[in-house]
Amino acid sequence: MKREKVDVLVIGGGAAGMAAAVQAANEGVKTVLIEREKKTGGVLNQCIHNGFGLHVYRKELTGPEFMEELWKELAETDVLVQSNETILQVLPKEKEVIAQSSEGMKIYEVGSLVLTTGARERPLNSLMIPGTRVSGVFTAGVAQKMVNIYNRLPGKRVLIIGSGDIGLIMARRLKIEGMDVVGVVEIRPEPGGLMRNVVQCLEDFDIPLLLSHTVTEIHGRERLEGVTIARVDESFNPIQGTEKFIPVDTLVASVGLIPQNELIEDFVEMDYINRGPVVDEFMRTSVDWIFAAGNNVAIHDLVDFVYEEGKIAGKYAAKVAKGEKLPEAVYRFNRGKNVGVMLPQKFTATQPFRMYIRPKKTLEKAELRISKESIRKYTWKLRPSQMIDFIFREFESLEPENRVIEIEVIEIE
Amino acid sequence: MSKRIVCVACPIGCEIDVQVAENGELKISGNRCKRGYEYAKDEVTDPKRVLTMSVKVEDGEIELVSVKTDGVIPKKLIPQAIEFLKTLKISAPVNAGDVLVEDLLGTGVKVVATRTVPKRYHSKLEIQA
Ligand code: SF4
Repeated sequence: MKREKVDVLVIGGGAAGMAAAVQAANEGVKTVLIEREKKTGGVLNQCIHNGFGLHVYRKELTGPEFMEELWKELAETDVLVQSNETILQVLPKEKEVIAQSSEGMKIYEVGSLVLTTGARERPLNSLMIPGTRVSGVFTAGVAQKMVNIYNRLPGKRVLIIGSGDIGLIMARRLKIEGMDVVGVVEIRPEPGGLMRNVVQCLEDFDIPLLLSHTVTEIHGRERLEGVTIARVDESFNPIQGTEKFIPVDTLVASVGLIPQNELIEDFVEMDYINRGPVVDEFMRTSVDWIFAAGNNVAIHDLVDFVYEEGKIAGKYAAKVAKGEKLPEAVYRFNRGKNVGVMLPQKFTATQPFRMYIRPKKTLEKAELRISKESIRKYTWKLRPSQMIDFIFREFESLEPENRVIEIEVIEIE
Repeated sequence: MSKRIVCVACPIGCEIDVQVAENGELKISGNRCKRGYEYAKDEVTDPKRVLTMSVKVEDGEIELVSVKTDGVIPKKLIPQAIEFLKTLKISAPVNAGDVLVEDLLGTGVKVVATRTVPKRYHSKLEIQA
């Protein structure tokens, strides 16, 4: 089998992977970026709406434009992009990675690894709705690719299930393309996506949002003919007598994203709330030469943050590949009240770092507490659909004998 | 009159309160930056949006090129703008940043391509046939 020595191997050519590869190469090490598709760019390619790039490029870009900016950055480096290549296995003891391409199998001997494999969509059949096996049922991302890349409309009349950002964006997109968008149903009492998308995708286009509703049955023989929707109670159980039949030929599901970590989850420490690896502020996992960034670490709201994480991972992965020893992450955050998705979970306390927290519920006004001490106040509404991010630099108050730091978001008056 | 507005000018989505006094003066609060002020002001007088969609391309590697208005246009013109852009016919190659419409419906706003679509590769066989 062909063998190849690489300093930094980056797996996955989306925003995080491209950023990581660029940064690693800029540190002067041999960097290879693996992409399973024909071209890098990942999901940016099909996200033709705007709202990207405000943090990173200081201008508002669409997904493809953000991707082209990254291509420009990549073109200025020596990164070797291997497209149409799939990674089969990561061997932690050997520090080897097995790849498959049309030329056959290949083994990379790596100095360090950056995993940027992103997330996949949660399929609708995971909700166990009776009758799911008809045509006309799509995940939002698949519908997005059909419409934005392949110029195909999924049907004539559509209901969206789930109000995640992609669902909201697809509601607008399908309406613009001339479909009859009957509405968006959301099982929770509040929208899953960003408020701005509720406004500019639904309200602007008069698309109804049915909160505390779900689809209870799917009808049709081969092609979807309609769905039954019902109101749900506080424990998300359908309330009898509220069922309604909605004739549609298309159902688009935006019911969540699942971080993809199959390549490493058997041997790195995982965080079961983030559904990704535990990382420190260098984006280093529990295996000191494996780094991770982006939506495989935790689901993010903004590509800008994914990009920043990629840059960090690439930088420190390059240092490790060069033989530098990074400080040990001796401190660990313990999730306190209202803390859902959170990263990093560990830190070295050697330099300030950006931290992300997704509040578990909507809070009118809140403060962030570290070991019971308030470090930041939020005078605006916090929502689970929106991560809060801040630079953590409160190292003076850390005590060396207490290495587990409680972090919480507390509602205040 | 008082109105609660969600600013869509950036992904933070501040919830902004706008109070319109009888003399038309505006009191705006809840925005975290200046853009939010402008947004809220427009929202009660003449709401504006950026429009993103796709336009058909002939002879391209893919059949569509994604486009955007390179500034905001009045919200009430959006349906008309969509219909207009659907009738647009352009041919590959298209480069990201190419101006496809100089002045969209008299707004003075341009429509630009947001991706590059190279010309489709024709094999000799295809041309002969
Ligand atoms: S007010 Fe400023 S910070 Fe807030 S959503 Fe609008 S543009 Fe963003």
